[in-house]
Amino acid sequence: MSRLNTKIDTGLNTKLNTGPNIADPDGFYAELIGIHEGLDEAESQALNARLILLLANHIGDRAVLSEALTAAAANEGAH
Amino acid sequence: MFQDRYSLAFKLYPYRRSADQDAAAAMRHRVVVMGGGPIGIAMALDLGLQGIPVVVLDDHEGVGQGSRAICFAKRALEIADRYGCGKAMLEKGVVWNVGKVFHQDRKVFEFNLLPEAGHEYPAFINLQQPYFEKFLVDRVREAQAEGAPIDLRGRNRVDGVELRDDHVVLDVATPEGNYKLEADWLIGCDGARSPLRQMLGLDFEGRVFEDNFLIADIKMKAEFPTERWFWFEPPFKSGASTLLHKQPDGVWRIDFQIGWDIDREKELKTENIRARLDQMLGKDIEYEIVWTSIYTFQCRRMKRFRHGRVLFAGDAAHQVSPFGARGANSGMQDVDNLGWKLGLVINGKAPEGLLDSYDAERVHGADENILNSTRSTDFITPKSKVSHTFRNAVLDLAERYDFARPLINSGRLSVPCTYDGMPLNGPDALAGGPARTRPGSPCPDAPLGGKFLLAMLGGGFTLLTIDAQAPEAVVADGVEARRLALSAGDDATGALCERYLGEARSAVYLIRPDQHVAARWESFDAAAVEAALMKACGKE
Repeated sequence: MSRLNTKIDTGLNTKLNTGPNIADPDGFYAELIGIHEGLDEAESQALNARLILLLANHIGDRAVLSEALTAAAANEGAH
Repeated sequence: MFQDRYSLAFKLYPYRRSADQDAAAAMRHRVVVMGGGPIGIAMALDLGLQGIPVVVLDDHEGVGQGSRAICFAKRALEIADRYGCGKAMLEKGVVWNVGKVFHQDRKVFEFNLLPEAGHEYPAFINLQQPYFEKFLVDRVREAQAEGAPIDLRGRNRVDGVELRDDHVVLDVATPEGNYKLEADWLIGCDGARSPLRQMLGLDFEGRVFEDNFLIADIKMKAEFPTERWFWFEPPFKSGASTLLHKQPDGVWRIDFQIGWDIDREKELKTENIRARLDQMLGKDIEYEIVWTSIYTFQCRRMKRFRHGRVLFAGDAAHQVSPFGARGANSGMQDVDNLGWKLGLVINGKAPEGLLDSYDAERVHGADENILNSTRSTDFITPKSKVSHTFRNAVLDLAERYDFARPLINSGRLSVPCTYDGMPLNGPDALAGGPARTRPGSPCPDAPLGGKFLLAMLGGGFTLLTIDAQAPEAVVADGVEARRLALSAGDDATGALCERYLGEARSAVYLIRPDQHVAARWESFDAAAVEAALMKACGKE
């Protein structure tokens, strides 16, 4: 349970929206898993990479992107 | 000749010879229900309480053992209340509101169903299925004493069905030989493996899920709160997922996901079940095993629920995964939907075509339930590596970020569907009216002093007026809607206004016998209400 070292700064400087923001979360999730159907592992990884890049471009804001990258990476090695 | 497929928890309708067995020619009945499970018995109650003669045939003499469906939702209880047995269920059931979700050794989050105030029934109760069925049959016995024409026939197995233009002919086996029976209408409530569906060679298509689940109902004296606990990849390794849930009589339901490629017999051995339980509970906890079972499931439905004079309801018509408690609960909604329609048709007050709306509305309901339970299943039992990776990423993120929590899906719990865009719906002419009571919606309950709204709606059409003038009854082509006159001031909590008025100052609702909204307006207009009443009865 020693997760303190991975805690993210959620203070006032935060710009990354980590509150619920997706309408129809179940439908979104099903669609996300659905686009991977029939792909092998490498193809799935490539698809995920394309998806991340598309979404990153849509976000654009460098500070937000950095924050998201840090948040995602913070989980590594947690267990 | 009769081989029991299961042993009984309660013997409720022992075989008795019927006069039909000694009749020279096959006797004709209005309605025969095939299957004396919860849906068949509820169907018989609905029709019998309307005064419509109904015969229920079941190849056993009562309720099978095993808790099976344990989670009964508000809407199913409200329907049972309309039949007169909701209170007994509520009294026996365990009410729960808090759920906790764990991933490996960590609690990811907890939720509270936070049931909205001002409803007579809670969001859910946990109750062993045999009790649910017994309360329904107890109510049948009461209703029979009051004159309801319900005939329950145990050890009456349907061995053959012949379809005629305006009736069906049944070949029924009993311990004393076979006899023939005719019915104007036949309702198949004979469960997921529906012999009726098979005899008629009807389709039942959908997805098979390749996973086995082991149920262990145990009695233990342990300090678990009355909450729903769900583990993804539990640290005790007793299953790929595990569910812990409280039932009445000090019984706990534990449900282990144990994978597809298993040796069923071996897994069901007591010592192997105990090994899983010990891993989960620790060696110090004493428990007694009450019931065990291994199940698999499918998400599928019949293409159509009506085939001329034959109608299907409950698991016979549609099957879902257990996640979300959408099986028995949706079957109760089938009965609720079909009962009044068949009643009107049999009494000559509506055309047969009204029954096609049963098909349209409940197929819509089944699709919603299948969609939700399929998504839950895909989340709980990921089918591919990438799906598993995403699932665990959601669980990881949900510990730290709120956004990921709505994506966690350990079952979307059963709520009744809204019949949006369905053919029986009339106008939505209440400007500023709440979205939740638009035509097609199930009426939400509301407190009225010491009483509750749903209990006051009764079993027929209701013209609910809130601070609006209207006559005491409206009749259109032989069908009556009786007025229930309310005022915003009748509910000091404001729930009635919030749920039925919204921004409007007055409202007139036409409410169907199954407590779904047919149409709504700001004020009464005789021609408009009559037209909506005609439409709700399939006369358009």
